[in-house]
Amino acid sequence: MGNITRQILDLLRENAKLTPEEIAVMLNIDVIEVRDLIKDLEDKKTILSYQTMINWGKVGREKVIALIEVRITPQRDVGFDAIAERIYRFPEVRSMHLMSGTYDLAIFVEGSSMKEIAHFVSTKLATIEGVVSTASYFVLKTYKQNGVILEDNEEDRRLMVSP
Amino acid sequence: MTQINWSDKVNPVVRNLPPSGIRRFFDLVSEMKGVISLGVGEPDFVTPWHIREACIYSLEKGYTMYTSNWGLLELREAVAADVEGTYNIKYNPRDEILITVGVSEAMDLAMRVLLEPGDEVLIPEPSYVSYAPCTTLAGGVPVFIPTGMENGFRISAEQVQSLITPRTKVLLLCYPNNPTGAVMDREELLKIAEVAKQNDLMVVSDEIYDRLTYVGQHTCMASLPGMRDRTVLLNGFSKAYAMTGWRVGYAAGHPDIIGAMTKIHQYTMLCTSITAQMAAMEALKNGQPAMRHMVENYNRRRNLVVQAFRDMGLPCYEPGGAFYAFPQISATGLNCEEFAEELLKQEQVALVPGNAFGPSGEGFVRVSYAASLDDLSEAFRRIGRFVRRYGVRPKIISTPVQMANGQSA
Ligand SMILES: Cc1ncc(COP(=O)(O)O)c(C=O)c1O
Repeated sequence: MGNITRQILDLLRENAKLTPEEIAVMLNIDVIEVRDLIKDLEDKKTILSYQTMINWGKVGREKVIALIEVRITPQRDVGFDAIAERIYRFPEVRSMHLMSGTYDLAIFVEGSSMKEIAHFVSTKLATIEGVVSTASYFVLKTYKQNGVILEDNEEDRRLMVSP
Repeated sequence: MTQINWSDKVNPVVRNLPPSGIRRFFDLVSEMKGVISLGVGEPDFVTPWHIREACIYSLEKGYTMYTSNWGLLELREAVAADVEGTYNIKYNPRDEILITVGVSEAMDLAMRVLLEPGDEVLIPEPSYVSYAPCTTLAGGVPVFIPTGMENGFRISAEQVQSLITPRTKVLLLCYPNNPTGAVMDREELLKIAEVAKQNDLMVVSDEIYDRLTYVGQHTCMASLPGMRDRTVLLNGFSKAYAMTGWRVGYAAGHPDIIGAMTKIHQYTMLCTSITAQMAAMEALKNGQPAMRHMVENYNRRRNLVVQAFRDMGLPCYEPGGAFYAFPQISATGLNCEEFAEELLKQEQVALVPGNAFGPSGEGFVRVSYAASLDDLSEAFRRIGRFVRRYGVRPKIISTPVQMANGQSA
């Protein structure tokens, strides 16, 4: 990966709303080159999507999030991947990782109520063949997500003018 | 009973010291609401968390006492290693490095140690507001080296040579420069070093912005042949590590000079706050990645700022370092103070009139881009509107720069 590509990705990761024009000025390169590089990154699915981080609590639509630890039995030839796919295709699953340690899959599930998540775990997840056990932990409060602190009270405290 | 005039009690040298040009402007700004400030001479980043956290830990462990007058030996060793690693100059941490309360104190000490009454100090201008007062307070006489946009706000060896008199004792350098962002070429610095040697000048080099160099490589004055002992190198943590409020910096140089500075320091300051020294140590130990991240951010904003002013139709020399741009505003027909005042009143954007840094700053304003992308973009919009009102025609722009209103990068 070229240095310019890395810098474009760094910028977009922090702020997906930056335009190719702005990026071009910031990195001191041609805007056409920026457009081409971004297009290429999108085509190759290096850039997968542009999303917005929302503090749902502020609009009274608090989501319920749970971390589900899942133990599964690996299968011949495909290992964990086939069962993993059956699980991550559920839209309730927001993110999922294969872990080292005492369990196999860490799954973050999102729903509008605890009941909804409990229903998903007991009727869908736990019943999949190869799922040995599940343990659910509900999130009580999110402090930081994707590198962003939710209630950041470190506002600009500098003097307005200084030498 | 006759009225006592208390101001008569004040030493005339102090009484006659002109107030900082920034002060008056600061008072004006603080009365206003909704102001976007590009007038701030310090990083918009807060000190990286690992440094703050190390400081908290040091307090928990009970590090609350005086240190050696020189500063913690471990910190001086870390400074020595950092300077050697960066510029390949060796300083003995035991007697060639003094930890000070910022570059500010180090500057004052250097002047007091070097100057006798009437000694002349060559100071490039425009430059940081403290140099002339520090010179005057130490009994010296500031002699200014004017610079301008045509030579990129750099000084030349010929200029230095032409201003030397039998009383010239010190050449003060500040590159990358506040307020212009100018950086010096190595070739010219070599020539200036020759002039310093031929005329037996001491050089006080304020290199506080050294890490914030975007064009070429910073040349440390003390690293040039024969200049190590002739240079009092001043640097600190305020800018590179976003640690302005901690008040910690250092001076490095010949043991006789640093020893003399330490003598004053031990009687007037005793030592730099141990808490700040602990934090500085953490900055040198583990602060490189965060520093590089900040520098990369400044550099991107630098490009945006220069482009924005040029698009507005205001000439803007490309600054090679620090976090300031110094656009020329004479096309508006306003002088720099009028420009700053009217912009503040009409558009609530604060920046600093160029003449606060010396007469050659007339016709220019200092724009600090140590500000969020959101603030910068809104400020450009307002400044653009303002200068159009004064008849400045925007350049035909091929690629319009529209800044997103998202979070800053
Ligand atoms: C050129 C220059 N030197 C020195 C200082 C003060 O540095 P310190 O915080 O280390 O006292 C500043 C601060 O704005 C500066 O711009």
